[in-house]
Amino acid sequence: MDNRKVLEAQNIDKFFYSPVKTQVLKKISFSINRGDFVSVMGKSGCGKSTLLYILSTMDTSYQGKLLIDQEIITDKSASYLSRIRNEKIGFVFQFHYLLTEFSVLENVMVPGLKLGKLNREQLEVKAMEKLRIFGMEEHALKKANQLSGGQKQRVAIARALINDPLIIMGDEPSGNLDKKNSDIVFGIFKELATDFNQTLLIVTHDPDFAEKTDRTIVMEDGRIISH
Amino acid sequence: MKYGLLLHIARSLMLARFKQTMVAAVGVTFSITMFIALLGFMNGLNQMLDGLVLNRTPHIRFYNEIKPNPDQPIDQSEKYKNYTNTIRSIKPTSSRLRIYNSSAIIKTLEEDPRVLGVAPKVSTQVFFNVGSSDISGTISGIDVPAENDLFALSDYVTVGTPMDLTQTNNSIILGKGAADRMLADIGDVIQATTSRGDRVQLKVVGYYQSGLGELDNIQSYASLQTVQKILGEPPSYITDIQVKLRELDLAPSMARDYAGLFKINADDIQTVNAQFETGTEIRNLISYAVGITLLIVSGFGIYNILNMMIYEKMDTIAILKAIGFSGRDVNIIFINIALIIGLAGGTLGLCLGYLAGLGIDQLPFETEALPTIKTFPVDFNPRYYLIGGIFSLVTTYFAGYFPAKKASGVDPVDIIRGK
Repeated sequence: MDNRKVLEAQNIDKFFYSPVKTQVLKKISFSINRGDFVSVMGKSGCGKSTLLYILSTMDTSYQGKLLIDQEIITDKSASYLSRIRNEKIGFVFQFHYLLTEFSVLENVMVPGLKLGKLNREQLEVKAMEKLRIFGMEEHALKKANQLSGGQKQRVAIARALINDPLIIMGDEPSGNLDKKNSDIVFGIFKELATDFNQTLLIVTHDPDFAEKTDRTIVMEDGRIISH
Repeated sequence: MKYGLLLHIARSLMLARFKQTMVAAVGVTFSITMFIALLGFMNGLNQMLDGLVLNRTPHIRFYNEIKPNPDQPIDQSEKYKNYTNTIRSIKPTSSRLRIYNSSAIIKTLEEDPRVLGVAPKVSTQVFFNVGSSDISGTISGIDVPAENDLFALSDYVTVGTPMDLTQTNNSIILGKGAADRMLADIGDVIQATTSRGDRVQLKVVGYYQSGLGELDNIQSYASLQTVQKILGEPPSYITDIQVKLRELDLAPSMARDYAGLFKINADDIQTVNAQFETGTEIRNLISYAVGITLLIVSGFGIYNILNMMIYEKMDTIAILKAIGFSGRDVNIIFINIALIIGLAGGTLGLCLGYLAGLGIDQLPFETEALPTIKTFPVDFNPRYYLIGGIFSLVTTYFAGYFPAKKASGVDPVDIIRGK
C-alpha cells in the first residue's frame, strides 16, 4: 500500500509549435510512489518546468499518458482536471503567487473552500494549524502583500497542504529566495516528507537542494538521463 | 457554498479596485437616472398632449349621418334586382339627425361590461348675435355629470363650473375665443339664432378653454334640456351617443358590431385620431432610444474597466486556476462583478431617477394654452423603473460577458511561465 504509485508518466512527448516546431519533451516515462521526496534537476531550458505543468494537469497539449492516483487523466475534461488539481495536487510556485486581495488565512483557506468538504469554521481551524506548522500563525490576518518573500512562500506551502493533497509540486520554490529562506523552505519540505509522509515533486536547478532529496531525476534536452 | 465563495472572491476583487468599480457603478447610476427622468418627463408630456385631444374624444361615437339611402327602390324590385342599375342625382332622404330609440341603445351600452360610461349629447349649430354681426358656433347639449366624469370637462372650464349649467336655466358655458369676441362676461345674457331661425337668450355661467384655439372659438356647452328646448325637441331627442370604454383598443371592433346592431353610424377613436397614436409612438420610440443609448454607453464603461481589471489580475486568475478553479468558476466571478456593479449602480439610479422625476414635477410650467397645467408633468409609471432595472442588468451582463470569457480562457501556464 505504501508503495502505491501516486504519479506516473508514460512516454510523454511535448512539442512547441511557435515559432517553429520543436520537441521539448521526448518519451518521458517515470513514476513516483507515495512518500517519495523527488527533485527534478536540469539546466535552464531542458524542459523540466514544461514537464511539471503537464504533470500538474494545467498543460494538456501533449502526447503520451499521465496517471494520477493510478487513474488515467489524459484527455479528461477541463473541469474534471480542475477538480483533480483542487483535491489531489498542491502547488508551490517560484513567485509565491498569493492572492493579494485576501488575508493570509483566507489565502490558505481558498482551495479548501473550493473543495467544499469542510465548512468555513473547520477550515479556519485547519488553516491555522497549517500556518502554525510554519510559524506563520501570528501573521494570519495580515494581507498577503505585507509579508516578506520567505513568509509568502511558507504561506503558499500551507495553502498547498490545506486539502491534504496526494502530491505537492513545486516549481523552483526556493529559486527566488535568499540562502536562509531557501534553507527554511527546504527544511519544511523535508519535514513534510519525513514526518507526514507527504509525496513531493520539486523542480529545481540548485544542485545543493537536489542532493538533499531522496531521489533526483536529472533531465537534459527533453530527456531523462537518470532517475 | 461554492457559489458563495465565488461571490466572496468577486467582492474582494472589487474592493481591491474600489475606485474603478465606483466609476463603473456611477456610470450605470447616471445612465439609469437619466433614463428614468427622461422617460418619465417625455411620457408625462406625451400623456398631457394626448390628453388634450384623447381625454375629450369619445372612444366610440354613435350618430346619424345625412346621406343618400343605399337601398334605392329599383334595387328592391324583383325584376331589376340582378341588373346593374345606374341612378343619377340621388339626394338624401329627409332623414333626421336624431337617434331613434336612443334610450334603449343607451341602456344596452350601459349593460355592456366593456363600457366605462355613456354620455348622450345634442349638438346644434347656432349663430351668436353680436350687434349687427353673427358669429357661428356649436352648442353641445350635454348630460353634465356624465360628461364631467368621462371627459374631464371641469378641467377645461376655467371660469365657473360645469355644474352651473344644471343650476341655472338657459345657461351656457362659452368657448373662451367666442366669449372674447362677444365681450361676454359671466352673468351676461347673449342672444343666439338657431338653424331653424328661432332666437334664444342664454346666460353665460362659465368659460371653456381647451388649449386648442380653433375649438375654443366655436365650441360652447349647455345642458341637454336647454339645447332640446332651443330646438323645440322632446327630451328623447339625442344626436350623439358618446361611449368611453375600459379598453381603448376594443373601440374599432365594438364600433363595427354596434353600428350593425343599431343600424347607425359609429366612429371609433383609432380611426378618427390615428395621427395622435402615431405621434405618441414616435415620441416614445425616441425617448427609449436615447435612454438605451445611455445605458449602452455605460455598458462600454463597464466593459473597459473589467477588461483592465482582468489584465491587472492575470496573476490572480492564474493562481485560482492552478489551485483548482475551473474556467467556468472564473467566468462566474467576473460576471458577478459586472452584475454587482449593474445592480448597485442600477438601484441607486432608479432612486435618483425617481428623485429627479419629483424635482421636474416641481418646476413651474404655465402656459395660456394649457389652463390646467401648473408644473411640468411627469409620469411615474413603474414600467419605466422595471425596464430601467432589467436593462441595467442586461447591459452590465453583456459588458461583463466578453471580459469574463477572456478571463476564463486565461492559460495559467502562460502566466506562471511568463514571469
